[in-house]
Amino acid sequence: MIATMDQIFVLFQHWLVSFLPASLQPLAIVLLSVVAIVCVFPGLFALTTVLERKGLGRIQNRLGPNRVGPYGILQPIADGIKSLTKEDIVPSSANAPVHFLAPVVLVVAVFMGFAVLPMGRNMVLVDMDAGLLFFFAMGASTEVSVFMAGWSSRNKYSLLGAMRAVAQMISYEVVLLLSSVAVVMISGSLSLTKIVEAQNHYSGIFPHWYIFTPWGLAGFVMYAIAATAETNRSPFDLPEGESELVAGYHTEYSGFKFALFFLGEYLAMFSISGLGTTLFLGGWTAPFSFLVWVPSWIWFFSKLMLSIFVFIWMRGTLPRLRQDQLMNFAWKFVLPFTLLNLMVTALWRFLGDGWERWIFCSAILIAAYVLMGRVGMYREHFGPRRYRYAE
Amino acid sequence: MLGEGILKGMAETARNFAGSFVFKDRLTTVEYPEERIAPAEAARVFPFLVYDSKNPADTADWEAGMRCVACQICEKECPPKCIFIEKSKDKKPDALGKPQFYPTRFDIDVSVCMSCQICVEVCPFEAIKMDTEFELATDDRFGGLLLDREQLAKSNEYYHEIHPTEAAEVDARLAGEKAKVDAKAKAKAAAPALTQAIPQEGAGD
Repeated sequence: MIATMDQIFVLFQHWLVSFLPASLQPLAIVLLSVVAIVCVFPGLFALTTVLERKGLGRIQNRLGPNRVGPYGILQPIADGIKSLTKEDIVPSSANAPVHFLAPVVLVVAVFMGFAVLPMGRNMVLVDMDAGLLFFFAMGASTEVSVFMAGWSSRNKYSLLGAMRAVAQMISYEVVLLLSSVAVVMISGSLSLTKIVEAQNHYSGIFPHWYIFTPWGLAGFVMYAIAATAETNRSPFDLPEGESELVAGYHTEYSGFKFALFFLGEYLAMFSISGLGTTLFLGGWTAPFSFLVWVPSWIWFFSKLMLSIFVFIWMRGTLPRLRQDQLMNFAWKFVLPFTLLNLMVTALWRFLGDGWERWIFCSAILIAAYVLMGRVGMYREHFGPRRYRYAE
Repeated sequence: MLGEGILKGMAETARNFAGSFVFKDRLTTVEYPEERIAPAEAARVFPFLVYDSKNPADTADWEAGMRCVACQICEKECPPKCIFIEKSKDKKPDALGKPQFYPTRFDIDVSVCMSCQICVEVCPFEAIKMDTEFELATDDRFGGLLLDREQLAKSNEYYHEIHPTEAAEVDARLAGEKAKVDAKAKAKAAAPALTQAIPQEGAGD
């Protein structure tokens, strides 16, 4: 029974496919998985938009949307109908084909990332040997669509937003990759299913997730920072920064194309949280050994939604960075720390199984963190700002 | 240490988030159309015209009891010029029984009014006061927002309801004036021979 629940979607898929002739079965299996991904994640997106608005409302001491349906849960339906019926405006001086293609390319590229994510035991669309590489290749191509959108709109705000986006995404892409490399160094595989399997052990009741090691925790924090910047979420939402750039690269988009951008942003959030879950939080494995009977896909999606909650929480807390602060943070703090983390990971790998590696690696990372913080803030003077011209 | 401020901020927002389910002061929203806060006593939106009524339940005698004497001071003082008054040709007795002019037309364009209360301050007859009614949305932006005499006329009881302290002061002042007039009239009645030749106009000051 437990095994059935765990594999229920896989078994259902095989049962459906069994009605087809054998020659069509491989194709049908892939198609069914694609349909499942294309249905589940936009559904999750609709749910997340309303939960985000309600959560942000609570954070800001207000109620959030509560007019459409009970507790406002039908809000995404109303929003969807609204964006479908809105006029689709293309500026007369815009490059129409590129303007049209940009949101499509974004959504397609983001959806591709889900292909290699293991969402449960045996629940992965394509079990690629270099799944991680494929994921990052697809993630990087979202930058193209952002720049397509910004450039083709022929609008200063759009172009500025796109330039910010590309600068930001390329800077943080490096960190994202390097923080994941640490995991590859330990697990010895680029395949995401193998990475999850490598974390699927327990000492007593506690799992061997990579986040519970010094390098894993440091790597996860760096990964989370880079992921926030990659998905243009607050506090790194400079590319759309509505108080500075109207809406950044999607200023000139309306109606359903804008909805596609919105969808793309949230799907990118899901996929990058899914990857973070897979790399550091043990993917679909249970957090305690006595909870392994709970179906694996429940764990994956719980961890995913927990990451989304942290994204929303950060958005409700932190103000937007300035462009120079963003770049300084990426190149002067996050990147050096990630590089150091790679060395610490190597040290961890070759120090053997004893307790020494825990102390060594933790000490190096904590010392580096404190030192870099001190050096970085050395010239900064915090506190009330004084304007000299007014004295 | 680096990141300390972020953690503090996150703790504060978490307190807000969790607290909003438990404590009333963490969730200050009032869901307006269903529930509403009583306006503060000094709240003011647009002016209205006060009338004195013998029978508070009856609104039919608004025209007879209206305090406005069409002196047009408010019309002249109004900074955005949103008041339009037409003075009557004849005179009618006011609340003190004295014959006065009255407005045959008194319009306030609330789309122009800026709620400055200057009309209230300049009115020597306590005839125009500030209302607290703010739900004036209409689908006719010209006619619907141009309030005429009848729409503007509200009873003194209504004034007491919305601004009790201020209305009590006004009533005391008006009663004092009336007492003064009565005393003068009595004195006049006591010495009829002396005042016979003096014209009646001076009695109201």
